[in-house]
Amino acid sequence: MYLRKNIATSENGFIFNPSTGDSFSANPVAAAILEQLKQGMTFSDIKAGLLDSYEVDPLRLERDWDEFINQLREANLLAD
Amino acid sequence: MKKTWQSPVIQKMNGGLMNKFGTRTEYEPVKHIDGVSVQSLIKEYGSPLFVLSERTLRRNYRDAYRAFSTRYPSVQFAWSYKTNYLNAVCRVFHQEGSWAEVVSGFEYQKALGNGVPGPQIIFNGPEKTNEELELAVRNGSLIHIDHFDELFQLLAITDRIPEKPRVAIRVNMDTGVYPVWDRFGFNYENGQAWDALKRIVTSGKMTLTGLHCHIGTFMLSTNAYRQAVKKLADLAWRCKTELNTPLQYLDLGGGFPSTNTLRGSFLPGTDAVPSVDEFAEAITAQLTELGYGTQDTPKLILESGRVLVDDAGYLLSTVVATKRLSDGRRATILDAGVNLLFTSFWYDHTISPAQDFTHHTEDMALFGPLCMNIDVLRQSSNLPLLNRGDQVVIHKTGAYNMTQWMQFIHMRPNVVMIDEEGNTHLIREAETLEYLQQPEKIPAHLQQPEKK
Ligand SMILES: Cc1ncc(COP(=O)(O)O)c(C=O)c1O
Repeated sequence: MYLRKNIATSENGFIFNPSTGDSFSANPVAAAILEQLKQGMTFSDIKAGLLDSYEVDPLRLERDWDEFINQLREANLLAD
Repeated sequence: MKKTWQSPVIQKMNGGLMNKFGTRTEYEPVKHIDGVSVQSLIKEYGSPLFVLSERTLRRNYRDAYRAFSTRYPSVQFAWSYKTNYLNAVCRVFHQEGSWAEVVSGFEYQKALGNGVPGPQIIFNGPEKTNEELELAVRNGSLIHIDHFDELFQLLAITDRIPEKPRVAIRVNMDTGVYPVWDRFGFNYENGQAWDALKRIVTSGKMTLTGLHCHIGTFMLSTNAYRQAVKKLADLAWRCKTELNTPLQYLDLGGGFPSTNTLRGSFLPGTDAVPSVDEFAEAITAQLTELGYGTQDTPKLILESGRVLVDDAGYLLSTVVATKRLSDGRRATILDAGVNLLFTSFWYDHTISPAQDFTHHTEDMALFGPLCMNIDVLRQSSNLPLLNRGDQVVIHKTGAYNMTQWMQFIHMRPNVVMIDEEGNTHLIREAETLEYLQQPEKIPAHLQQPEKK
């Protein structure tokens, strides 16, 4: 699973999907994740980085991660 | 140092369709109530937890009393028991000088138990048993008759006991606010009220003391009270001149709104509702115009409920879970639901987080813990993201909830009062399974698990 190639993201969390015309705003953690997804990093590398740089326990991260990926999928931002 | 974590979220931006009133900010953290930390309250007394501020109760009472007493020479408040009849709350109002207004036999007993003298108890309501009426007559309480059947019930009682009942009638009327509450009391416009008054006076067996009305609750019109004053004053005038019976009081009932926001209202309650001062001005100005307010003037009685107690009550609650609904909306599940917060059917209660939070906010639905679809505290509220274990403060919950709460699925929690010095007192203990089952009986043939 990866972020669709044509999705535009900005550093301050603005997301635009040109194929649907939808735009979204992301909070800072979400924006950081999207940036790394765009660079093609794997899920596990991104998660490991998050554990290093944020005050969050692994279980909470897993739970939030799954929900976030679901949001991206529902928003049509991911491709298989 | 590691950065603070916040759950990653994206939010769809809907093309320009912004709320035209701007986004409401309901998310200042509220960490203390009267100087006592929310966290420590929940730690000591559990969650959910009702908290009452004695300071706010007394301040509300004094403000309301001042609003009327500076404009009219003889004013008496009577605490509406059904609004909140926890004894500690009633006693605060009685200490401030309030009488009691009750609508059932058990509320009447509670008032006596709280030390209210019989003549200072107003007994309202459509259903009063013979025993209850006899007790009230013996105690010299003020009985407000609701219908002709009760009038005749009382007349029959006067044949059995020597004391003369002190009575008033409840009058209903058109005050320009609809629907008219015409199911309680005697109607003014069709002459029923006047018929009842004549019958009371000509019976010679009761003392007619006053007139009562309660024109509605959460009233938004001060003019409605002007109309009510005019109509009661007209009846009072005719009692004096045609029946030779001057009245001791006019009781205008309750009905002043609290500053809660009615469900679906665009404006927050604080901007939409008239203040007690405005109601006091309308009522007393109308009385003065009609020549009242001088010597031998009838007493003005008020039975205000919600306006005195609503904003003194808080419900503290803890986040149980958050989830996404199928339409993408966030839902936050709290450990307090409509079982405790009956008024969420009427109000959009303001809900504040009780701890610091990150600044991303989101529209979310707030649900209670009941396994029932009706358990919705807010259909939509703009709040920062809340996580399991976070605490929230639900505001203005003092009126009608601690009487209309349901023992349904969950038991009722602790209720505490913070006194004026900042000390916390448990005023109602959380219910236990033992308390709940105490009145239950199991028939002999069901004592064993197996059927014989
Ligand atoms: C007879 C009577 N008096 C007073 C009240 C208190 O009303 P409120 O809480 O609107 O002031 C009520 C409540 O409905 C009532 O029925």
